[in-house]
Amino acid sequence: MNVRIRRLGLGLLLGYLLLFAQLNRVQVYGAQRLVEDPTNARVAIEAFGAPRGRIATADGVVVAESLSTESSRFDRQRHYPHGVLYAHLTGYHSFTSGVAGLEATYDEVLGGRTAEQRTDPLYDLFAADPETGDVVLTINHALQQAAATALGDREGAVVMLDPVTGNVLALWSSPSYDPNPLSSVDTTAANEARAALLADPTNPLLPRATGEIFAPGSTFKVVTATAAVETAGFTLDQPLLNVTDGYVPPLTNRAITNYGGSTCGGDLRENMRASCNTAFAQIGAEYVGPYAMVAIAEGFGFNQRPPFDLPVAASNFPDDFGKVLSMVTDETGQDTLIPVLEDTPLLAQSSIGQYEVAATPLQMALVAAAVANNGNVPLPRLVDEIRDQSGQIISRPESGPWLEAMEPATAALVAEGMRGVVAEGTARRLAIDGLVMGAKTGTAQVAAGQIATHAWLVGFASLPNQAPAVAFAVFVAADQEAGEQTGGRVAAPIAREVLLELFNISE
Amino acid sequence: MTSALATQRRRTELGLIALAGLTTALLYALAGLGRSASLPADLGSFLLLVLALGVVAHLAVRRFAPHADPIILPVVVFLNGLGQVFIIRLSHESGIAGELPALQTTWTALGVGAFVATLIIVRRPRDLAAHRYTFGLIGIGLLILPMLPVVGREINGARIWASIGPINLQPGEFARLALAIFLAAYLVENRELLQVGSRRIGRFEIPDGRHLAPVLAAWGVSLLVLVAEKDLGSSLLYYALFVVLLWVATERPAFLIIGGGLFVSGAVVAWRIFDHVQARVDIWFDPWATRSGSGYQLVEAALAMATGGLTGTGPGAGEPNRIPEVETDFIFAAIGEEMGLMGTTLVVGAFILLIGGGLRIAVQSINPFNKLLAVGLTTLMGLQALVIMGGIVRLLPLTGVTLPFISYGGSSLLANYILVALLLRLSDRVALQTTTAPAQNEQATS
Repeated sequence: MNVRIRRLGLGLLLGYLLLFAQLNRVQVYGAQRLVEDPTNARVAIEAFGAPRGRIATADGVVVAESLSTESSRFDRQRHYPHGVLYAHLTGYHSFTSGVAGLEATYDEVLGGRTAEQRTDPLYDLFAADPETGDVVLTINHALQQAAATALGDREGAVVMLDPVTGNVLALWSSPSYDPNPLSSVDTTAANEARAALLADPTNPLLPRATGEIFAPGSTFKVVTATAAVETAGFTLDQPLLNVTDGYVPPLTNRAITNYGGSTCGGDLRENMRASCNTAFAQIGAEYVGPYAMVAIAEGFGFNQRPPFDLPVAASNFPDDFGKVLSMVTDETGQDTLIPVLEDTPLLAQSSIGQYEVAATPLQMALVAAAVANNGNVPLPRLVDEIRDQSGQIISRPESGPWLEAMEPATAALVAEGMRGVVAEGTARRLAIDGLVMGAKTGTAQVAAGQIATHAWLVGFASLPNQAPAVAFAVFVAADQEAGEQTGGRVAAPIAREVLLELFNISE
Repeated sequence: MTSALATQRRRTELGLIALAGLTTALLYALAGLGRSASLPADLGSFLLLVLALGVVAHLAVRRFAPHADPIILPVVVFLNGLGQVFIIRLSHESGIAGELPALQTTWTALGVGAFVATLIIVRRPRDLAAHRYTFGLIGIGLLILPMLPVVGREINGARIWASIGPINLQPGEFARLALAIFLAAYLVENRELLQVGSRRIGRFEIPDGRHLAPVLAAWGVSLLVLVAEKDLGSSLLYYALFVVLLWVATERPAFLIIGGGLFVSGAVVAWRIFDHVQARVDIWFDPWATRSGSGYQLVEAALAMATGGLTGTGPGAGEPNRIPEVETDFIFAAIGEEMGLMGTTLVVGAFILLIGGGLRIAVQSINPFNKLLAVGLTTLMGLQALVIMGGIVRLLPLTGVTLPFISYGGSSLLANYILVALLLRLSDRVALQTTTAPAQNEQATS
């Protein structure tokens, strides 16, 4: 029997040797393919806990960093020291919900996975940690805080940017949320935090500054004024429009009225100051006409998504007002033919920022920036530079003009008109001694028959005899409890508070 | 009766048990560090418990089987401790498995108790042979127990459970032992009969019909287990046990060939007829085709083991809880992930040591029953471990059996402790033969 027993032993040994060979195949020689299998959750777990660079403001305040954890699954987790204040910028880095915001846009840079960061393959192979990148924002921390404080717990947004470089100095959307629980290594807690945010009726995950479009109301008159100067030969003093309390566009008998039933008209300077609906509706419908209105609006960036480091909703200006019914000579007496379209009454509404016109607060800040920047819409920049761990700059996102909205001469006229609005118009409450400012207020009806209105203010400011330092948009969303909110009374004080911080003026 | 050999062997055994206990305690500490960067608070009591159970088993051997092989028990203590480390580690992340470590500790204590009791009760192997038909009946009874109403339970699609009060047992684990004893005794008794009587067809000697009956019976029993209990793994083990014992006892390769042929034909028929067999074969060839369905477990196991690589993620630092049934059938994959190829090689090596130890006992035994019983017990344990480890890495089709001493499972632990006690009893007997009657010995080469 012993011969058989030895053979049995050999047989079993052979079986175990085959097992050992197969173990080598699975765990070592063929392991790479399995480890990189896209369905291998461990890849995601490893990546989630991998080293990741910081996000900091222009003045060096860290707003996102990776801290080591005691979790058995993840080596590190993201920490957002200022949580709510920068949530709509940083986004979150969540194992269960993925990445959002700059964490998503600069995912590869932060994780050190871009081609530039991996130039030396040998170094990479033996490096314990990859060369992660730090993201430096254009944001000014004090300004961001001032924006959040000034808006308070109202729903809305504050956008401040440098009109020349396009550097965004403050970008605040309210309500906001805390990205820390979402990014927790405790995935149960992270899922609960996400569910709570999704169930929140105030929708704190929606960034009001960039992610949603709202009726801009009278702030859109900056665009209409630009169109009047650029395409219809207007100056601030000529031509003079009817002084009236009601304008009836062609093809309708329903009159467009002024705020509070007032009467206004006259030259462009006066109409901007008083935010005269009847005048701007007539300018759009009868002096500029549909094609030029669409072209000018699109020249400011309407009907497309601005290139930006965060997802931005495309602002809307209607581009189809129906079939041509007739051509008329424009009211200035020049021989330009203005077409009358089926929907000319809607064009009149659109010219005062109503009907289907809707814009992000970021887009309205870019409108103001174009006026302040000789007619050029700057490329909005949120990230100033990418640095490696030794502080060396790896790359700088592009800067410069994005669109040419108007001639410099036009910009000069419109800017002068906007300064009038602050000096003696609807934005008087914005005025600060020692600053040169131009602005335009907006009070937009949300729905017919409702009293609650969006309050807007767009504008620019500089020290005397210096290039404009800032262009801005302040938006306060309609609130049933607050009732009617005008741009002048509600939005202007918010902008003023933030500008005081920016120019370091104490009163 | 303490000889110099006994003293030396027991001293070796105690030293190796201490080493095994310390090694598993070290792994336990590592698992704690890997999970929470701190030493587990109960590290001391864990070490004490492992050592205490090992020492109790050792003292029983010292008292009741002083000449037994000194390697087998320490290997068992190591495997059992390793399993306990992983069961504790796995329970930390899955809520439902929270009570498993305490249960497994209880079962281990019961297992050591059964080990001691077996050594006390079974003083001479021939006592077992004397009761061969009793064991045969017990074996068959245990085998059909899960199929009976009231006590039988079907859990996870396999009807292999019997419930006695609150305790669920797998009688099949014990049936295997009883049948191994019965078969060894029966074959020794009828060996000569089975060795003669054959027809010659060409070059081959074919046993005549009468003598084929046992093989056919074994085949039938295995198919019954397969059909009625849907237990592929046990079915395979029974069949292999019958065929191997028959072959070793009669020394007739024909039984191996015919057994193999019947196995292949039975497998093909089962594959044709049974959906659950077909599903096993499908996921063996390509688990990725059903990545989120029936192939999920095998794919996750492969990803886990590949992630482990050569050295593993470290105990407590992997994600083995993604694998379904990782605490029982698939615990080897968890070891592969967290201890890498080094860990799996360690386990494979440990089982090779156990098989080597068991077969050496068989070779050295003079009494044919002792020989055959040692072969049967070793084959059972060695094949069971090979079948589940090979199934996990897709060397073989997956059949759900536990990994002896490592997997969570009370029946498996109890049965395997009894199995090892029986092996040590046989081993002790070998040494007595060599010391008392060296002339008869075939004289092992050692």
